[in-house]
Amino acid sequence: MASVKLEKINKVFGRDHIIDDIDLDVGNGEFVVFVGPSGCGKSTLLRLIAGLESITDGELRIGDTIVNDLPPRERGVGMVFQSYALYPHMSVYDNMAFGLKLAKTAQETIHERVMSTARILQLEELLHRKPKALSGGQRQRVAMGRAMAREPRILLFDEPLSNLDASLRVQMRNEIARLHNRLGSTMIYVTHDQVEAMTLADKIVVLNGGRIEQVGTPQQLYQRPATQFVAGFMGSPTMNFMPAQLLANDDQGCRVHANGVGELALPQDAQTLPQSAALTLGVRPEHLRLAPPSGDNRFEIVNVEYLGNEVYVYLEPKEGNTLLIHRSEAPSQWEEGQHVALVPDTQHVHLFNESGTALDLPAQRQAA
Amino acid sequence: MTARQLSKIAKRVGFWALIVLIMVYAVFPFYYAVITSLKPSSDLFRVELWPSTWDLSNYAQILTQASFLRAIFNSIVVAVSVVFIALLLGITASYALGRVRFRGRSTVLLVILGVSMFPQVAVLSGLFEVIRTLNLYNNPAGLILSYTIFTLPFTVWVLTTFMKQLPMELEEAAIMDGATPWVTITKVFLPLMWPAMATTGLLAFIAAWNEFLFALTFTLTDAQRTVPVAIALLSGGSAYELPWGPIMAASVIVTVPLVVLVIIFQRRIVSGLTAGAVKG
Repeated sequence: MASVKLEKINKVFGRDHIIDDIDLDVGNGEFVVFVGPSGCGKSTLLRLIAGLESITDGELRIGDTIVNDLPPRERGVGMVFQSYALYPHMSVYDNMAFGLKLAKTAQETIHERVMSTARILQLEELLHRKPKALSGGQRQRVAMGRAMAREPRILLFDEPLSNLDASLRVQMRNEIARLHNRLGSTMIYVTHDQVEAMTLADKIVVLNGGRIEQVGTPQQLYQRPATQFVAGFMGSPTMNFMPAQLLANDDQGCRVHANGVGELALPQDAQTLPQSAALTLGVRPEHLRLAPPSGDNRFEIVNVEYLGNEVYVYLEPKEGNTLLIHRSEAPSQWEEGQHVALVPDTQHVHLFNESGTALDLPAQRQAA
Repeated sequence: MTARQLSKIAKRVGFWALIVLIMVYAVFPFYYAVITSLKPSSDLFRVELWPSTWDLSNYAQILTQASFLRAIFNSIVVAVSVVFIALLLGITASYALGRVRFRGRSTVLLVILGVSMFPQVAVLSGLFEVIRTLNLYNNPAGLILSYTIFTLPFTVWVLTTFMKQLPMELEEAAIMDGATPWVTITKVFLPLMWPAMATTGLLAFIAAWNEFLFALTFTLTDAQRTVPVAIALLSGGSAYELPWGPIMAASVIVTVPLVVLVIIFQRRIVSGLTAGAVKG
């Protein structure tokens, strides 16, 4: 077990700046998830920590040691790959024992470690099988066992569940979470799936274009996204965005005009912004209320999706072509073709300035 | 019987006729060599498709010749060494060419391919000088060296193609497990590359086993010759007689090991040559 500390980490491939000045602390025993769209540098960042890529600039510490120039085996890290990358010609036992054998561990210790790892992952029955005789979930567990058997200080996961089908993915997600509770080891996990990130992480790191957008607990990221990117990335269905203009500021917050919805009084602090500044208003599907149409506030329902426990209602704005989504518990009284007014829950509305940064709430202002 | 059925039968007959034709074309010379080797020298020029008498005297004669046995031994030493060296160098080179990114990688690959394009005769005199300088004239080591030069390009190309298809993550997993490149090659890649190695190894063996021109040029004495040269230089009772019987017997003797090897490895060869063509 160990902590990881990244200081001003950069990675440049030729002309491409893949990782741009990243600072990050991963505490001892923490489960940290790197999440972001493809090409955001999350896998590269993981590979830099693993030692599979060299760091162009910056300092990487594992525990108290700077490990920039150490090869992977001396960093004390174990890694689980997306494609599992099991050695096809070796049995499950040999796959797990391979790293220990290379480290010249005593035969009895190897046996002990492999057996105890196999017990934790319920692989005892499969130890003599070859990888090709295993199911996807079993291979996944062997890949984790191989990474764990050497008792690394940090376990790294590179999109480990993306090769599994949906139901197995949920099951393995659960197993990984329980494994973390049980082992208490430091884990860093890369995924593009925000549901995996939300469910597994103690701390989520949202990456975009090689930079950190926001670091926080799942609750912080969901309830108080720092940027419009994070707001749009976390949560499914995604947050609704609509253009808005700042009308006035007062002690209670600000007044804005949102296109199609009308005037709203919001708690956000917009003192630093000029009059009629362009803003983006964001509201999650569950924080919208539908009402009979009134005046300009009139949207057409273009589709209703029934999911059993809840209903998604898709609304067409008068301008722009991005559909807005409303989520409510089933059953729903709404039908396709109806016209409705949108009433956002002002306590749960997010405001973003032109550069996509969220405006502070008064509580945050006082705390700061 | 309808016209459709007729044409179906005709097609089938044509198909098999074609196969028989190809078989006869490919196998008949060897078949005739076997038959000839089983005839006493008096019957040699009587054309028969099935030998009326079975006579093993040609085999007895050739197998009691010390120089021929010596030539077989030399051939085995040379061919096995060539296979071993070519595979060792081929595997390590293909790791570098298939796995390590460096400037000029494709140039190196093209140069290697270029080497195999020269006809043997073109390099013969130059190679002769090299072998003289290295003091390898009339020495099987000289043959091993020159065969390896001509075997390596093919070996390296096939193995590089194969190596490139092994997933990158497999190597990275080995790195995470603390494997050095050498351990990765021997413990992880080698076991996966058996089909490719069987294919290239067998082709290298056949090339070295059958090679004639270099073997003739670079050896002088009976004790250093390989089988193809030894067969060609078999002499009869007088300067005007070619001992066809013993020549054919010797040919059959040296061909049989190849046939056996190919039969043993044929499955591997096929899977080696097509491996990676379709995702397995």
